[in-house]
Amino acid sequence: MSVPTATTPSPARELAVPALSLVVLVGTTGAGKSTFARRHFAATEVLSSDTCRGLVADDEDDQSATADAFAVLEFIAGRRLAGGRLTVVDATNVQASSRRSLVQLAREHDVLPVAVVLDVPEAVCAQRNLARGNRQFGPHVLRRQRADLRRSLKGLRREGFRTVHVLSGVEEVDAATVVRTRLHNDLRHLSGGFDVVGDVHGCREELESLLTRLGYGLRRDDGGRPVDAVAPEGRRAVFVGDLVDRGPDTPGVLRLVRGMVASGAALCVPGNHEAKLLRALRGRDVQVTHGLAESLAQLAAEPPQFRAEVEEFLDGLVSHYVLDGGRLVVAHAGLPERFHGRASARVRDVCLYGQTTGESDEFGLPVRHAWAQEYRGRATVVYGHTPVPVPEWVNGTLCVDTGCVFGGNLTALRHPEREVVSVPALRVHHAPARTFPANEALGGTRVDGGTAAGPAAVRDPDVLDVDDVLGRRVVETADHGRITVREENAAAALEVVSRFAVDPRWLLHLPPTTAPVATSAHPDFLEHPDEAFTAFRAEGVSGVLCEEKHMGSRALVLVCADEEAARARFGATGGELGAVWTRTGRSFFDAERTQTLLAELRGAVEAAGLFGELSTRWLLLDAELLPWSAKAMPLLREQYASVGAAAGASAPFAVDVLERAAARGADVDDLLQRSRSRAANSAAFTAAYRRYVWPTQGLDGVHLAPFAVLAGDGRTFADQPHAWHLDVADRLVRVAPERLRTTRRLLVDTTDPDSTQAATRWWLEATGAGGEGMVVKPAAGRVRTPRGLVQPALKVRGREYLRLVYGPDYLEPGNLVRLRERTLGRKRSLALREYALGLEGLARAARSEPLWRVHECVVAVLALESEPVDPRL
Amino acid sequence: MILTLTASGLPDGAPADDLGFLLHKHPARVQRFDLPVGAAHVFYPEVSPERCTAALLLEVDPVALARGRARTGAPEAASLGQHVNDRPYAVSSLFAVALSRVFGSAMAGRCASRPELAAAALPLQLRLPAVPCRGGADLLRRLLEPLGWDVGAREVPLDDTLPAWGASRYLDVTLTGTVRLSDALRHLYVLLPVLDDTKHYWVSPDEVDKLVRSGQGWLATHPEKDLVVRRYLAHLRSLTDDALSRLADDGPADDGPTDDRSAVVLADELSQDGQPDGAAPSDAPVTLAEQRRVAVLAELRAAGASRVADLGCGEGRLVAALLAEERFTEVVATDVSVRALQALARVLRLDGMPEHRRRRLQVFQSSLTYRDRRLRGLDAAVLVEVVEHVDRPRLQALERVVFAEHAPATVVVTTPNVEHNVRYATLTADGLRHPDHRFEFTRAEFLAWAQEVGGTHGYAVRVGGVGPDDPEVGPPSQLAVFTRTATTEVPA
Repeated sequence: MSVPTATTPSPARELAVPALSLVVLVGTTGAGKSTFARRHFAATEVLSSDTCRGLVADDEDDQSATADAFAVLEFIAGRRLAGGRLTVVDATNVQASSRRSLVQLAREHDVLPVAVVLDVPEAVCAQRNLARGNRQFGPHVLRRQRADLRRSLKGLRREGFRTVHVLSGVEEVDAATVVRTRLHNDLRHLSGGFDVVGDVHGCREELESLLTRLGYGLRRDDGGRPVDAVAPEGRRAVFVGDLVDRGPDTPGVLRLVRGMVASGAALCVPGNHEAKLLRALRGRDVQVTHGLAESLAQLAAEPPQFRAEVEEFLDGLVSHYVLDGGRLVVAHAGLPERFHGRASARVRDVCLYGQTTGESDEFGLPVRHAWAQEYRGRATVVYGHTPVPVPEWVNGTLCVDTGCVFGGNLTALRHPEREVVSVPALRVHHAPARTFPANEALGGTRVDGGTAAGPAAVRDPDVLDVDDVLGRRVVETADHGRITVREENAAAALEVVSRFAVDPRWLLHLPPTTAPVATSAHPDFLEHPDEAFTAFRAEGVSGVLCEEKHMGSRALVLVCADEEAARARFGATGGELGAVWTRTGRSFFDAERTQTLLAELRGAVEAAGLFGELSTRWLLLDAELLPWSAKAMPLLREQYASVGAAAGASAPFAVDVLERAAARGADVDDLLQRSRSRAANSAAFTAAYRRYVWPTQGLDGVHLAPFAVLAGDGRTFADQPHAWHLDVADRLVRVAPERLRTTRRLLVDTTDPDSTQAATRWWLEATGAGGEGMVVKPAAGRVRTPRGLVQPALKVRGREYLRLVYGPDYLEPGNLVRLRERTLGRKRSLALREYALGLEGLARAARSEPLWRVHECVVAVLALESEPVDPRL
Repeated sequence: MILTLTASGLPDGAPADDLGFLLHKHPARVQRFDLPVGAAHVFYPEVSPERCTAALLLEVDPVALARGRARTGAPEAASLGQHVNDRPYAVSSLFAVALSRVFGSAMAGRCASRPELAAAALPLQLRLPAVPCRGGADLLRRLLEPLGWDVGAREVPLDDTLPAWGASRYLDVTLTGTVRLSDALRHLYVLLPVLDDTKHYWVSPDEVDKLVRSGQGWLATHPEKDLVVRRYLAHLRSLTDDALSRLADDGPADDGPTDDRSAVVLADELSQDGQPDGAAPSDAPVTLAEQRRVAVLAELRAAGASRVADLGCGEGRLVAALLAEERFTEVVATDVSVRALQALARVLRLDGMPEHRRRRLQVFQSSLTYRDRRLRGLDAAVLVEVVEHVDRPRLQALERVVFAEHAPATVVVTTPNVEHNVRYATLTADGLRHPDHRFEFTRAEFLAWAQEVGGTHGYAVRVGGVGPDDPEVGPPSQLAVFTRTATTEVPA
């Protein structure tokens, strides 16, 4: 791995440099460091102290700026290393003190420090310095640097440099080449299937069964002992460590795994038990506890040759592996994302022992840092170390130590299938320090090591982090690329979601805003169906479905098949069946009424046979809850009715006064006419909002009009035609006609004038009778064109209804002409982005992705809908 | 929006249509004035020597109103930015502005041709069909009766067809009295925005001049002077104080207000956010809020905490108290509401805070149901009147974040004692102290909750009260101190 420090005469030296490392060039001024760096590294990889002096002091030679220059250099180097980028420091670095902080920097970022020494004769350097003219280095400076360099050469390894290359003389410097080497933990190039096996702890028999279950063909030696296994085509086993100790046949396990690693059928990372066993085998003084005694006794019965092989095998184990293009990470005790693919003593410690909080629990065992709860990486992390009764995904991490040696199971995760395969322990091999439940084959009894409760039977609810929602955010969506949420909007959304929203575990989705249709070409209309049909025709969408727009509030309904489904999928502990929430995530009703309503809906979904048909135990429905007054009573009274009252008191009075003035012959005709219009408008306005008001008592009078099925277990329904969605809705209406309402609809061919005219008549009739309007959707559901996602819906609101949006007098010619100048581009863009975020969130929810991944999409929709607030103070 | 003004039975047999001279508007003409607030029209529906009625009709352009306001983006204009808006119909500050522009000379009492009438009290009747009135007919009477008006007020129903909805905030007002015309107009000019308690424009210090000028001769002695001044000046305390002192001196102040106006706006807003702090404010100068702060500070000192977070800090009263004590070397103030933090920044004057003090303070937005690594490892966290703002089903998330994730050595929680609510006159419809309270604990409930939280997360618990301990219903506020025991179960 490293090249000897001794000078070698070969002119064409190959310098091995780990692909992620901090390369420190060491050499006197004029040694040719910058030229060397330029030749072997990208310009952006090289940080030069001279350049940094220039940055902070406008003069690359200003030695008084050295401290500031290095502060800048180390800052940039730190950011690069944090980002996983090789970095080269071009400075003299001839003094140990200046190198010390660079080694420290490399350690902080868990990358390998590399020293490349350019040992060039003093005379050459002096000549070069002279040739550069502007440099004021006297011979004494160079002489001192040289002396420092000579002193440094021997101690570089002791200083912490893991790789040291010394190039002696101009010739060797010029002839050297740099080869970047892969880190040992970097096996990203290995793809295909992996079977990640949990802590074996000497349970050879169970390991044999598990490997057999996984399709591996065991190979045995003459004594019938398994020494290798043939992996199924394209697959490889990965052992998470803790092969040894406690169990009945540690040597047997080591023999098999070592053979598999040697043949390439398996990879293996070390566990803390291997580390300790290795120290014991090397004769170090270790405490013989935690089952080490069994291993040592069993190994003592083996020939010395075997023990030597074991020692060599254990010594060669690499702390963790990054596999499958970076999609899979295996480490014994798990690994936070910032350590993935890094190499340092710290990383090795974390891999072996995990991070602890420095505290201990009532059994004297160290309290572990809940790294998985905080994990936000994209790579799947599979680990062992801490036995759990059942493997459970936490933010894309999985512990596969199911306590085989304690009478649990031996478990493997099949990647990328995400399938968990377990075999039960044949017996309790070892009593645990704290309670652990034995597997069912052993009667499911608790094996006690103490009296208190064992590992939490109910998993802690996922804890969301403010960093999951705050700040400027970019959400990757499958349908619309990267969608940015501004910091100001995220800040506003955090407040709303924290103060008002239902539990994030229910809150899988918020509906996107619906764009209005383009302003109508008809002079008396602000919105008209023609523009909707034109718009979809222009997108090449011929089949559209016109859906009645209900006069209520948008409602999302999450309903589970039973309490068990709600508990298993959503972590509900209070017997809830789901939730019903508004477009901002707020619950419509108190807990009691919510659950009453959900019990009815569950019954309806069950009776309609939908849980079985869609093979899911939960459904998320998109619906309209009526009447509007059920949710918006304060708004109706304080805004709509108030305006109606003021207008109703004022406008007719003005008409009366003007009529008296007109009777006297005053020239008030225009004014009177306008005032009469205003009086009529106010009456029409009042009539418009009254349609949204009817009395409700509890749930009496509350109706729900479902119109789309959004998601269920493992799938979303965005690509189902809307006719299918409405058909499902109708089936629900049929079984619960008192509570549920159907949605009137009309299928339209946008290329057929007869069809669009019929739809226009339908709309005119409905809105003329007080209807709110309609929503026009591509009949097929989600539609993409080469230009991107097509609007999922356009709303065409009725002429009278729009008084509630644009005010009582909006139809007055002078007003309408200005209102027609509305700009819809922003609203349309918003509608598309929110639609894509919604689809993305639903897809993530259907795939049972970590809560924060779903929540991120939900809060992003809310943020885009929020008025920005400036969080800077 | 419209006003009619009727004169009849003028003194010395003067013809009623002399009103035209007084208003400087000829009764035979219809006049239009294009003003920034809209088009004002003056015309006379009735003209005779016995009785003369002038009408002022203001047509507000609703589209311009909504669009113009939407663009300014000022938060107080948010309601004006709606298309559905009562401003075109209700008599408000827009109308007051029109009044002063159209009848400016009459308001000033100038009338060269009929000076004796301008100076005389005249029998007048004013009719305003839709006056928004925060405080109802009662307030209308309290404001206008002392000025010599006989007040007729009919409540406008919110919706004729929905009698259950009751009355709207509008009154159909008839004022009858013998009053100088100039006074009558100035009464309206000042009191219409006061009744509405909203202004369509940003209130600036020169409003004080306008108020003093228009209130001359009647406001200084008005029994509701304080209310009039406060509302007219949009509750800006610095302006209010200035105006009241000038009304008392009856002379102009020599220098303007020096207060940071925005700070005062907020302080004032906050002081009237409706929380019944203390039963009898006049007898109890120390408010319950202050008592809570004193109690919390005492607990923090007793715990020996020096790095302290105020979670849900609001406008930062407690933060200020913490900063005042050097022992608290690090003070972290968080709230989920950015507006609250902006208020804190103004109230505590973060911009001008001395560096050594500012360095001890961190202020940032955070949420109690989200883990925040910036809040880890502190000595103490306080949640003063916070938990009751969290929905009961979400309280567990808060507990987990505060006690398991942030896990400070000491946690101090205060919350109302709901049993004490029977001692309060004003409560919400749900019988709670604040509309945003999701629940309020009894003493037994609070104790049980605190013990369960402490047991789950490894904290010892002590529960007590804040404020006078009522023998029947206990103290108004409850306080719990959680102290982390040596080891804590943190799930792996």
